[in-house]
Amino acid sequence: MKQSLALLLLLAAFAAAPLVASPYLLSVLVVVLYYAYLGQAWNIMMGFAGQLSLGHTLYVGLGAYASAALFVRFGVPAAIGLWAGVLVAMLAGAAVGSLSFRFGLKGVYFALLTIAFAEFTRILFQHLPGLGGTGGLFLPVAERSGVHLLTLRGSPAMFYYVALAMTAGIFLLCRFLLASPIGYRWRALREDQEAAQALGINIFRSKLAAVTLSAGLTALGGVFFAFYYNALFPDQAFGMPRSIEIILGPIVGGLGTLFGPILGAIILTPLGETITWATEALGFKAAGIKQLFYGLSLLAIIKFLPDGVWPRLKRLLRWDADNDDGDGDEGAAR
Amino acid sequence: MIPPLLQVEAVSKRFRGLQAIDGVSFEVANGEIVALIGPNGAGKTTLFNMIAGVFPPDQGRIALGGGDLVGLRPDQVCKAGVGRTFQLVKPFANLSVEDNVVVGALHAVTKVAPARRLAREVLDLVGLAEKRGRPARSLTLPDRKCLEVARALATRPRLLLLDEVMAGLRPAETDRMVGIFQRLNRDAGLTILLIEHVMRAVMALSHRVVVINTGKLVCTGTPAEVVRDPRVLECYLGEDTV
Repeated sequence: MKQSLALLLLLAAFAAAPLVASPYLLSVLVVVLYYAYLGQAWNIMMGFAGQLSLGHTLYVGLGAYASAALFVRFGVPAAIGLWAGVLVAMLAGAAVGSLSFRFGLKGVYFALLTIAFAEFTRILFQHLPGLGGTGGLFLPVAERSGVHLLTLRGSPAMFYYVALAMTAGIFLLCRFLLASPIGYRWRALREDQEAAQALGINIFRSKLAAVTLSAGLTALGGVFFAFYYNALFPDQAFGMPRSIEIILGPIVGGLGTLFGPILGAIILTPLGETITWATEALGFKAAGIKQLFYGLSLLAIIKFLPDGVWPRLKRLLRWDADNDDGDGDEGAAR
Repeated sequence: MIPPLLQVEAVSKRFRGLQAIDGVSFEVANGEIVALIGPNGAGKTTLFNMIAGVFPPDQGRIALGGGDLVGLRPDQVCKAGVGRTFQLVKPFANLSVEDNVVVGALHAVTKVAPARRLAREVLDLVGLAEKRGRPARSLTLPDRKCLEVARALATRPRLLLLDEVMAGLRPAETDRMVGIFQRLNRDAGLTILLIEHVMRAVMALSHRVVVINTGKLVCTGTPAEVVRDPRVLECYLGEDTV
């Protein structure tokens, strides 16, 4: 009850934000929601099923490029192009997953393979003809006002609400997944693969389901990215630093929890922005200061709150008792 | 004649230079409790792992109710009706005790709500009901062993494989565990094959004992017969003592 109430309050606050926020603050909040969404999508794989992906930009980039290319070259609206992006990313996820899991690749080795696939694809897109290469793929912007959801063109406020709807939607989806049989199977194989298998769980299929679903949802974030920023560069869309930024939120917030990815994004993104802004205001040209800050926060979290912020916060607020209805929000404490 | 539930026929397994199992055959009838005993390194767990599908035998046949188990993965063996526990317990440490068992129950039923009901029944049975809300990592070793059993039972197996679940238990706990299995066997007709070193449990529980040593079958018989058999004494104590 308390959790639902807090969630509704948070949602109301986010919904009301455009009424009071400056354009700059709104743009920061879009980034917060964007990373909360992607963190949630990544969390399905790592937090729920225990499969570490360090190359999640692969799916962001594929979703972004597929939908953007269809729009730029054939005028296909985003509402249709997104399905292409999701499909391509799901196929890529299924390919990465079935290759690794068929050959029993686990843990760090699987993580390395996810990096490799993202990097291959980045280099591929730098040289692929017709998609702009390193020079970038640009989406024409006809209007920056109004609301055109089908083509995903419109005002910043529209993009903000789209991001909010996506984040709320994926939260509900994850909540549903955790309470469903597949959620139990994922957590079982995260905890102990051998024991899970002995209880009748087809681990290949369960892992593949996690990767494919996570990839498809992540691609949806990529579609948003493409139509919001209107410019795609392989270095950014598929770059390793972005993969790290995706996973920081859930790790800081609390792996495997429902609130972790949201909380992580709310904590990290504004702080990162503030530090960039502050160093610039002080006259430093400190490129990479944000990355330095992210690195330090990761160190601090692993040292002091290895379960993440949310499990600790939940204990502080005494919301544990709320939680014996099996919504699975117990986290992946290791 | 009713075929036996589990048939192990001339099964062999070699690990590089070591002949771990060498032409072992035995059967477990429906409703029977059979103990598999032997000194350390006799090949008991190897045999278990082959039945459970962890790895296939090099030669021989393993069948459950007439259906071949060789070549199946562990999850398929579970689907065929074999539940197992692990000698080194493998709890889902960060899940609650109840959720651990729900995972097993989801094999027997498809929806979470009935799985939870089944899990609670099983937890009642093994005496973990009061601890169901605790994370599995907080359990003591005896409780973890009970949890292993509960999880396997929740899959509603036809054959339960127990790998040294009594090891490390105090005599009173052993007796309680023996009582649970006797009740399951009597009331639900559960067939059990157990690896056990604790003779107190073997004597009390098993209808029949299969003794193996250095990968070979030594003898089978009732518990009372087996403990008097000179071949069994020899493999435990060495040949000169007999």
